[in-house]
Amino acid sequence: MRIKLLQNRVLLGRQSVSSTCTPLGSTMIHSLFLINSSGDIFLEKHWKSVVSRSVCDYFFEAQERATEAENVPPVIPTPHHYLLNVYRHKIFFVAVIQTEVPPLFVIEFLHRVVDTFQDYFGVCSEVVIKDNVVVVYEVLEEMLDNGFPLATESNILKELIKPPTILRTVVNTITGSTNVGDQLPTGQLSVVPWRRTGVKYTNNEAYFDVIEEIDAIIDKSGSTITAEIQGVIDACVKLTGMPDLTLSFMNPRLLDDVSFHPCVRFKRWESERILSFIPPDGNFRLLSYHVSAQNLVAIPVYVKHNISFRDSSSLGRFEITVGPKQTMGKTVEGVMVTSQMPKGVLNMSLTPSQGMHTFDPVTKLLSWDVGKINPQKLPSLKGTMSLQAGTSKPDENPTINLQFKIQQLAISGLKVNRLDMYGEKYKPFKGIKYMTKAGKFQVRT
Amino acid sequence: MEQGSLLAKISEASCNIRSVLEMAGSLQVTLKPEPSVEERELANAAADQYEQNLTVNEDLKQMLESNKDSAKLDAMKRIVGMIAKGKNASELFPAVVKNVASKNIEIKKLVYVYLMRYAEEQQDLALLSISTFQRALKDPNQLIRASALRVLSSIRVPIIVPIMMLAIKEASADLSPYVRKNAAHAIQKLYSLDPEQKEMLIEVIEKLLKDKSTLVAGSVVMAFEEVCPDRIDLIHKNYRKLCNLLVDVEEWGQVVIIHMLTRYARTQFVSPWKEDPASFSAQDISALGMNQDCVIKDGVLEEDNEKDFYESDEEQKEKDQKVKKPYAMDPDHRLLIRNTKPLLQSRNAAVVMAVAQLYWHLAPKSEAGIVSKSLVRLLRSNREVQYIVLQNIATMSIQRKGMFEPYLKSFYVRSTDPTMIKTSKLEILTNLANEANISTLLREFQTYVKSQDKQFAAATIQAIGRCATNISEVTDTCLNGLVCLLSNRDEIVVAESVVVIKKLLQTQPAHHGEIIKHMAKLLDTITVPVARASILWLIGEYCERVPKIAPDVLRKMAKSFTNEDDLVKLQILNLGAKLYLTNSKQTKLLTQYILNLGKYDQSYDIRDRTRFIRQLIVPNEKSGALSKYAKKIFLAQKPAPLLESPFKDRDRFQLGTLSHTLNTKAIGYLELSNWPEVAPDPSVRNVEVIELGKEWSVALGKAKKEKPTEKFYSDSEEEESASTTDTESESTSESEKEKNGKEEGSSMENSESSSEELSDSESESKEGSAKKKFKTTEESDSDDTEKKTKMISKKRESSGSSDSESSSTEESSSDSESESDSESDAESRKHKNAIASKRKQMAVPEKKASSKQDVSLLDLDDFNPVSTPVAVPTPAILSPSLVADLEGLSLSRSSVIDVSSPIFVPMKTHELLHRMSGKGLAAHYHFSRQPCIYGNQMVSVQVTLTNTTDQKLENIHVGERKLPAGMKMHVFNPIEFLEPEESITVSMGIDFCDSTQTASFQLCTKEDHFNVNIQPPVGELLLPVTMSEKDFKTEQGMLTGMNETSTTITVAPQNSTRLVLLEKVVKAANLGVVPSGQDNIHRFSAKTVHSGSLMLVTVELKEGSTAQLIINTEKTVIGSILLRELKPVLSQG
Repeated sequence: MRIKLLQNRVLLGRQSVSSTCTPLGSTMIHSLFLINSSGDIFLEKHWKSVVSRSVCDYFFEAQERATEAENVPPVIPTPHHYLLNVYRHKIFFVAVIQTEVPPLFVIEFLHRVVDTFQDYFGVCSEVVIKDNVVVVYEVLEEMLDNGFPLATESNILKELIKPPTILRTVVNTITGSTNVGDQLPTGQLSVVPWRRTGVKYTNNEAYFDVIEEIDAIIDKSGSTITAEIQGVIDACVKLTGMPDLTLSFMNPRLLDDVSFHPCVRFKRWESERILSFIPPDGNFRLLSYHVSAQNLVAIPVYVKHNISFRDSSSLGRFEITVGPKQTMGKTVEGVMVTSQMPKGVLNMSLTPSQGMHTFDPVTKLLSWDVGKINPQKLPSLKGTMSLQAGTSKPDENPTINLQFKIQQLAISGLKVNRLDMYGEKYKPFKGIKYMTKAGKFQVRT
Repeated sequence: MEQGSLLAKISEASCNIRSVLEMAGSLQVTLKPEPSVEERELANAAADQYEQNLTVNEDLKQMLESNKDSAKLDAMKRIVGMIAKGKNASELFPAVVKNVASKNIEIKKLVYVYLMRYAEEQQDLALLSISTFQRALKDPNQLIRASALRVLSSIRVPIIVPIMMLAIKEASADLSPYVRKNAAHAIQKLYSLDPEQKEMLIEVIEKLLKDKSTLVAGSVVMAFEEVCPDRIDLIHKNYRKLCNLLVDVEEWGQVVIIHMLTRYARTQFVSPWKEDPASFSAQDISALGMNQDCVIKDGVLEEDNEKDFYESDEEQKEKDQKVKKPYAMDPDHRLLIRNTKPLLQSRNAAVVMAVAQLYWHLAPKSEAGIVSKSLVRLLRSNREVQYIVLQNIATMSIQRKGMFEPYLKSFYVRSTDPTMIKTSKLEILTNLANEANISTLLREFQTYVKSQDKQFAAATIQAIGRCATNISEVTDTCLNGLVCLLSNRDEIVVAESVVVIKKLLQTQPAHHGEIIKHMAKLLDTITVPVARASILWLIGEYCERVPKIAPDVLRKMAKSFTNEDDLVKLQILNLGAKLYLTNSKQTKLLTQYILNLGKYDQSYDIRDRTRFIRQLIVPNEKSGALSKYAKKIFLAQKPAPLLESPFKDRDRFQLGTLSHTLNTKAIGYLELSNWPEVAPDPSVRNVEVIELGKEWSVALGKAKKEKPTEKFYSDSEEEESASTTDTESESTSESEKEKNGKEEGSSMENSESSSEELSDSESESKEGSAKKKFKTTEESDSDDTEKKTKMISKKRESSGSSDSESSSTEESSSDSESESDSESDAESRKHKNAIASKRKQMAVPEKKASSKQDVSLLDLDDFNPVSTPVAVPTPAILSPSLVADLEGLSLSRSSVIDVSSPIFVPMKTHELLHRMSGKGLAAHYHFSRQPCIYGNQMVSVQVTLTNTTDQKLENIHVGERKLPAGMKMHVFNPIEFLEPEESITVSMGIDFCDSTQTASFQLCTKEDHFNVNIQPPVGELLLPVTMSEKDFKTEQGMLTGMNETSTTITVAPQNSTRLVLLEKVVKAANLGVVPSGQDNIHRFSAKTVHSGSLMLVTVELKEGSTAQLIINTEKTVIGSILLRELKPVLSQG
């Protein structure tokens, strides 16, 4: 068989102009293994001939070397295959490929798989996947054909394979009917593949959440080293029929670095700075944007810190205070301080002025759930650290990671001007919500 | 979270309900023991035990035999569960396959899943299912047709190959695009099952490539990449369509198409990178405008702006011309770059990366910058995406720092980043370091060095070392900083610092005695072998700088020798040897002691080294001649190690590929070819002119590989005939053509761009028709001479003459179609034709020049003489000049047949305004020898303006003109501003009225105005024409008497060869070469630009290095001037 193949290749060689490619005939994603954190392969799916699960040994090897899950290299070469993996929800999704393929293609697809599972089952965990193994299998079957992505829009998938609901599960078991749709998803053929037809709602509503996350590095003295805003507009649109929406902004110039959901008409945005789109049904991310100009990024909180280790003594001082800075008059809520203490710290005895704090002596992680910041009475956490006797003081003070939320504020100043609907006659209910959060917000001490 | 747990509870509850129901159901139907226990076992993923497996399989079989769908379904679900867990369920095959015709669609689906997994193992049984699929392939429901095809093609059973082939063929003509999409997928499957089907599959691919549906595009390109990535000729006619459809294709297809088009473009267009800095500014402008109009102008603007090329070195010419050539971007090239740009906004990281690599590999350097912002945005994504993107940025940032410099801070490292992300970011930061930002960076690095992640801290020290070597200003600062780190408490940090310091000191052998002393002290404390070895090496290498310490160190080391690591032992030996040579008084005994220790070491490496060193340095009677040179050997000046980025050579791989990530060639990696020297003919992408397209693809094949071409040709002919007999495919291609045309006009996405194109082509065609007016009757005559080369003449006809003519050479069907087409269509077609004809024109005169010598050449290497200069005996001189022609050809050439493109375009520039007299504004001009785009009586002049001041020059324009009567001038558009050190090339048209009178005008800036003159050499007042020898003689016969001037000249001996003579003459005047039957007579023909009068030049070489120079023309004045100018040209060496 093998020889015959080779002969064919020789014969074909005459025709091919440059014979750089060999018809190995394996496309994109060959197989997928799902591996949990304890190293069990709990699901495998092959789109072509079966690849033995022993291929995962190379992965386990790499995992061992990396010590931490997130340090496992996303691309692992093995003698005959390449393993591309993503790590989410404590599960490794390992794709096996055989030939050259853009790695991002596979990685992005694997993330899409995770998103789809999440969308289907609410959560993506080992238990849920095992419980719904048939649906998972059917979905995977639809998502890839011969290793090439076929249907990745969750709207379409849900038409092909209905997500499990309690009612349907019960009914199906009694009547023997199925989860599988027998109609071709209409979206697949239309010019708006992301939307299914025949959508009907009694309450027509469209909600938009403008959510901004601040990524920042603040140095010891409190000055900003780098700060960026990552914004998204998440939408929940439940509208009957084929609505055509336009969303305009008071200050669209802020959005110079954006990426869109495929539904957004790019030309219109280029020329008028208006978002014009036929929305998918349900929840989706309309756009994400990036504001990197540092002067535009207001830093809403500050951290005063005094962390000191002394060489001689086995005690260290620890004191931090969190206060509001540029909050545009809004309250800072949900404040959470975490810090990875150096290895030398044995324990900490601290007293917060408000909220709860914990210190895990094993992982050396300090976390302090502050809650709301009251500008009149700033929250603080003070106390001492006990250090391992005999060792010298750590080189570096710990970095403080901050989380917070500010409701009803988009820190970049982005404001939606209006939302209009065309194409349908009813009056929808519209709502817009703003929120600012901390992204990767670090304070160096 | 809450929702999740709720859901979990609910599903748990529902599970219970279900299992109860199932139990009830199964009790009713079958009598089997405890199914629910079994099921729970499966659900809990208990360890599979063989015996249990058997019993499970037994009852599964029973369930499958049952006549209740629910039981079957349940069984199938459990089987799928087994497959998912990787358990073997193959023995159930007969039981399962019976259910393939089940009415229940879910059972059916699960059976499909099972079939795809096990059909390969149970081929005979699998055949039982085939008829079901064959029936389903005819189902009225497209979903069923599609899924039947999917499953059928996924069953890897070689016997059904013919069935699959048939199914694919039928499905590829299905009315439903969804089915056609699945057909495209099936192609790859069949191909991997049986590569012998390749040729038939290529036919299907070819058909599907013509598909207009965005649904199909991605899948078929995928199949193309899989089956026949080398058949680039299949893409030609679909190129524009693919570019235009791209935005609407689903995202995965976009990635595949973009990668394929990147490869395509690298074979079809010339490099946009070779332009000199002067034209960069113009490119920038076009980048802003991003429309074709602009690009075309650029093409004109950018011609030949090298100044002193000609004067420099004649012998270098050939090379230079290849390297530096004026550049005009092919509109199709631009189309691709423009149409991919919106995709940078995609939410799919793979798409963004694909566009980024396209820009990196295809766009002019000045435009590639727009991708950086999008790439930086991806850094917010998941860790895996970040990792890949950072790697690619690392490679980019080595070559083009500027692209990512503005985003420096985005690469700052956070303590929460995974180590691999940290190191990639560090790599980029190091690449981006320069004099301006180094101080900020070093401060940032200081933070990193203190990181708790020691691996990362060590990497940072390496990075500091690299910055120190790359930026000499900070070397000392870095060195001091690293020395400070030596007192760090962490050993890894210290060790790394020692290693880096060692390297730095080596690159900088200045006086660093202090540092060495400091490091010598470290030997007492530090234990890391590499660091100890590095210190010892340093002391040994620079032992003369630390004469007191070195022997002491050796003494200490001698004591600890036996306990050291091998690496350190070697360096101790080394140190001993060096000290012995420089300071033998103090160290002789010590060294001998160490050598004795080494002699009995456990490691043979060390024993070897000891023996070697002893022989070399210790004088004894046996020691050979080498020991005299021992000092030279040991203390030779050593080259400093290079501190280089590990990403330095990564760019040999296409960015964004797996191979790039791994830095090794992955299986199936398709090499990105280098830019061709000369672009293959662009008209192959014209969808309208099928005839041409076919011919050209053939020519292309020839050019690519110089192997027997007949075979290839006949192959494609077969294909051609096949496609014509296949009426269906023909009709689709026809309709597609129509659609394509309309698309340009109407498609929402492209309306903007196409309108540009349209207006553009309109102006184009106007010019074209204007030119046609001054066409003479020579055309038919010239055709006579070329009867042998029918193919070419046909092309010339179709391209060179007007539109209607061209269509007449085609089949009548396409003719009628073109007539029925809309106005806009015809217009755009004209445009394309015009472009095509231009390209052809460049080539044709070249052929004419050589056709007399070697007619067979024409068939063999067709229109691509330059790419194969070695294999083909084309006059060597003419080839490079043809390169110049190809490049120099602006996009706005007329399509008149008799005026050929110039044989040679001199690079010689003339000074218009010296920078001293122009207060910093310098201007040069040269004659591009192109028909002027501003009027057909004008001579086109290229003016290069350079700002040599350090300020912006604003509003550069032409002011007052002082022209002799009758003369006309078309000035360039005012230039808004010119940045310091930049230059721009603009084009002007001047109608000199066939005289050598001076055109005077003022060149103005915002503040000043300067008087300047342009005086044309008489040779530039001509346009070359092509004619046969016979015509030449006829014309000459009519231009005798008064119209003839002649003289006898002495010809320098080196000028008497044909090639040199031709070169000299065409250099001096813009003449066309007439093929000559006699070796000693050379004829040239041209016409004057203004009046179009013929100018015939004959050089007749006589014996005794004399020659008769005859010029026949109505314009006797110019004739005599030309005679005078040609005289010295020929007589001087």
